[in-house]
Amino acid sequence: MTSTELNDYAGHSGTRVRSPATEKHQPEPLNPQWNNVRAPDSRVKTSNALAAVPNKWRVLKALIHNPNAVCGLVFLALVILAALIAPLIYPGDPLAMVARPFLWPGQNPAYPLGTDSMGRDVLAGILHGARVSLFVGLVATALGLTFGVLVGATAGYFGGWIDDLLVRLIEIFQTMPSFVLLVVMVAIAQPTASTITLAIAIITWPTVARLARAEFRTIREKDFVMAARSLGYGHARIIFLEILPNALPPIIVTSSVMVAGAILMESALSFMGLGDPNVVSWGSMIGAGRELIRTAWYLTALPGIAIVFTVLSLNLIGDGLNDALNPRFTQER
Amino acid sequence: MALPLLRVDNLSIRFPTTEPVSNLSFLVNEKETLAIVGESGSGKSLTALALMRLLPRSAKPSGQIVFAGQDLLKLEERRMRQLRGKDIGMIFQEPMTSLNPVLTIGRQITEVLQLHERLPAKAARSRAIELLDLVRIPDPQRRIDDYPHQLSGGMRQRVMIAIAVACRPRLLIADEPTTALDVTIQAQVLDLLDKLRRDLSMAVLLITHDLGVVAQWADNVVVMYAGRKVEEALPEPLFAHPLHPYTRGLLAASPRLKNNYHYKDGPLTEIPGSIVSAAGEKGCSFRPRCTVAHDSCANAVPDLFVPAANRLVACPYHASFAEEANVALVN
Repeated sequence: MTSTELNDYAGHSGTRVRSPATEKHQPEPLNPQWNNVRAPDSRVKTSNALAAVPNKWRVLKALIHNPNAVCGLVFLALVILAALIAPLIYPGDPLAMVARPFLWPGQNPAYPLGTDSMGRDVLAGILHGARVSLFVGLVATALGLTFGVLVGATAGYFGGWIDDLLVRLIEIFQTMPSFVLLVVMVAIAQPTASTITLAIAIITWPTVARLARAEFRTIREKDFVMAARSLGYGHARIIFLEILPNALPPIIVTSSVMVAGAILMESALSFMGLGDPNVVSWGSMIGAGRELIRTAWYLTALPGIAIVFTVLSLNLIGDGLNDALNPRFTQER
Repeated sequence: MALPLLRVDNLSIRFPTTEPVSNLSFLVNEKETLAIVGESGSGKSLTALALMRLLPRSAKPSGQIVFAGQDLLKLEERRMRQLRGKDIGMIFQEPMTSLNPVLTIGRQITEVLQLHERLPAKAARSRAIELLDLVRIPDPQRRIDDYPHQLSGGMRQRVMIAIAVACRPRLLIADEPTTALDVTIQAQVLDLLDKLRRDLSMAVLLITHDLGVVAQWADNVVVMYAGRKVEEALPEPLFAHPLHPYTRGLLAASPRLKNNYHYKDGPLTEIPGSIVSAAGEKGCSFRPRCTVAHDSCANAVPDLFVPAANRLVACPYHASFAEEANVALVN
């Protein structure tokens, strides 16, 4: 580089090249002229760094900027609201016969969604059914998640014979057709909301366990785990405080889909008449209406729509969380 | 002299098929820096892990590691955990990956304080800010809530140092602490380590392959080759008159020790060959690469000779090098 060129870069010749100092005060141009000066890798690094902030507010922000996820969140909020206000609007038993049967939706303003073959209010059933569906979905997922993470974390972190043993246990559950197992368990136990929840948790934990095990196996080899050991941390502390926060994103994403799966399983059980006979659920409403599908299709369609949209919203949230938390977007884990 | 803080006696680390460290002995005195030098694969890092009892499960260490009067290899795991991070701190090579990426640095410093010193959360946080200040992180009140990826490599290594010295350990093991950093930062980090060593009166075990680092910061040097100690000396005599052929080769291959060396002056001398596994090797493990090897070198592992005070060398022909050096000195 000659001395004149150097002068140019220092801005002595004025007009042709802007010096970095003056450029700083300019608003950021969309297409910066000084591409060569700002190393491209440094720019990539900043954007990566922003995406990698493992901060709940950032995740929330990313979620809100995703229209699909917002749709999901809004609809899920409506379902939760329905579950919360159901006992206020319809304090009575939703299984009680309140009007003449086969009122079509809109026929009688007192029963906006009509009545079924026994004269039960469909809207009351759907609102109360949201309670059951959400309870089963959330509690079964919470149970399955807790147990699955515990087993998977133990297997993945310790390895060796503990891993072998736990993987065999997981495989035993995975070789059985899960829905058949669910039907058998519910048929043996009394079909109540809590036994159904427990049964669903029992058939879903192996998925979580496998996922958690894979994550823990990768992360336990990381340098920061060795560093944590060099600080005298015990196994429990390393598992729960050091590795688990790193393993959470894929687990959170899976859990939103698990809630949807649990709701579907409960509906399927109720549809087959294996649900809790004392509570109304979306599945049992469909099951009761299925023989009348040609004359009164709304009896199956309305609770069906409720299931479809709830499951869809949970899947949308799962997708959104996947984008917001996905390890591919974090630079290094 | 008082008892040494750390005495390693005939430490061997055996894997099912190999023995990457054999019969290694050295001492670390209170408040002094011992440097262990050697090329990659010479067993330096395994030695460090053995001191912390963090070797992989398949490794079987034998010998004695006596730290402050207790044999670490015989200590029960619970006691060992209390020692790690409290009495012995360790810094790793890679500051980029040695910090937990999803926790703030403040959280990572306070955690060790709460574990070992049972400090309440508030006190731990103010200690953490002091520590960040001690390792010269600018604006520690603000930086304490940063995540590791928001810091540069040098700053991350300083955070690692802050975590390692948080509980004022008596021994700090630094396993190639500056390898991943660029040269200007290296000097800062090593200066910091040296300052902390004096301020907190700890001993430092510095593991490195950088002879420049050794010359500047070590009180005592152990040169390792293929899992064995080949030479031990104070830095000045070591650099002035290296006695083992390996050390001589290392120094000859090091550009910064020659005056005004420039690549146009011709290639640097190198040690022919590469480090070989000590397994199954009879005799001196350096023999295949040694320029002065005798037939007898193949028979047995050479004993450690004591050519002068504070000096050990594992080569029976060291006297000839000493002579050479004297001749050079006279000339």
